[in-house]
Amino acid sequence: MSTGLGDNEIISRVLRGEQGAYADLVNRYQGYVFTLVLRMIKSREDAEEVAQDVFVKTYRSLANFRGESKFSTWLYTITNTTCITFLRKKKLEVHSLDNEKVFEVADSRDSGFRANMIEQKSRVSMVNRAITMLNPDDAEIITLFYKAEQSLDEIARILKIEVNTAKVRLHRARGRLKEKMERHFTEEIKNIY
Amino acid sequence: MWSMNQQENIEQQLWSYIDGISSNEEKMAVERLIATSVEWKNKYHELLDVHKLMSTVELEQPSMRFTKNVMEEIAKLHIAPAAKNYINKKIIWSIASFFILLIVGFLIYGFAQVDWNFQDDSKPLIDFSSFNYGKIFNNNLVNLFMMVNVLLGLVLLDRILANKRKRFQKPI
Repeated sequence: MSTGLGDNEIISRVLRGEQGAYADLVNRYQGYVFTLVLRMIKSREDAEEVAQDVFVKTYRSLANFRGESKFSTWLYTITNTTCITFLRKKKLEVHSLDNEKVFEVADSRDSGFRANMIEQKSRVSMVNRAITMLNPDDAEIITLFYKAEQSLDEIARILKIEVNTAKVRLHRARGRLKEKMERHFTEEIKNIY
Repeated sequence: MWSMNQQENIEQQLWSYIDGISSNEEKMAVERLIATSVEWKNKYHELLDVHKLMSTVELEQPSMRFTKNVMEEIAKLHIAPAAKNYINKKIIWSIASFFILLIVGFLIYGFAQVDWNFQDDSKPLIDFSSFNYGKIFNNNLVNLFMMVNVLLGLVLLDRILANKRKRFQKPI
């Protein structure tokens, strides 16, 4: 599994011809990439295929990584582009922030989720399901902050926005997530609060 | 009760406090408010619970074979050379020099036409009618430059049309 080496050190080894070292990077970031892909592409099968493609593309263009930003930031850019290309190919709709349809889709999905609620009571799965009910932009910023543990500065760089904008967007996304949880997981929330 | 704006403002201050990104002064002010106001205290605990809850979530994981699949895939590939290595700087500098020289040439020619000793206000400083345009545009270099531009334009048009053709082609 992880060797404890820094990302840049592993990249240098791969660039020197140690192809096997790339497995460390894949192990380290597979969850990060897969989670981000899953936010945009709902099918796990497709998401796995796209995530794999992300790592192949990353490997191919590894010589272009200059180390000016964190590897995860650079990886995010490749992930995002690969997802958009995939969605375009599949002619699926790439949802935007204020797209009303997104909320309709999420809400209609909610009713399906409610049926399985009794079976899935764990906190983690509740939060995860609440995140999938959010619009993709809210889900993205929450995923980056909580799951990928990126700082607000890093998120701002990734999303190409001001740090203050990132801060406000994160606050609002959390507010909407809280609303979703209170609305759809009332009983579980009562046990937690 | 707080108004919507107040509510949002308070929540933002509390979130910044919870995330540890507020300044020392803001931090002290929030701590004082939490200690003295029941509403602030309740709101703080409510948001803190949400924060703790969200911190428990983990990343989704792909299948167990994921790394193996990626490694099998890249075994057939080579790392592409860095873009900066195959873009020849000499070519870029030559193109830039060509355009700079062209602009400088036009400027020198233009300023050479100016009658700097001219006193009469009724006539313009530069007499455009005295420009010998024929001399400029008959110049072989300028003709070559025009031809290159036309060629580049045609190549660009061809690429745009090819892309459009691809997009509208139905998959078999």
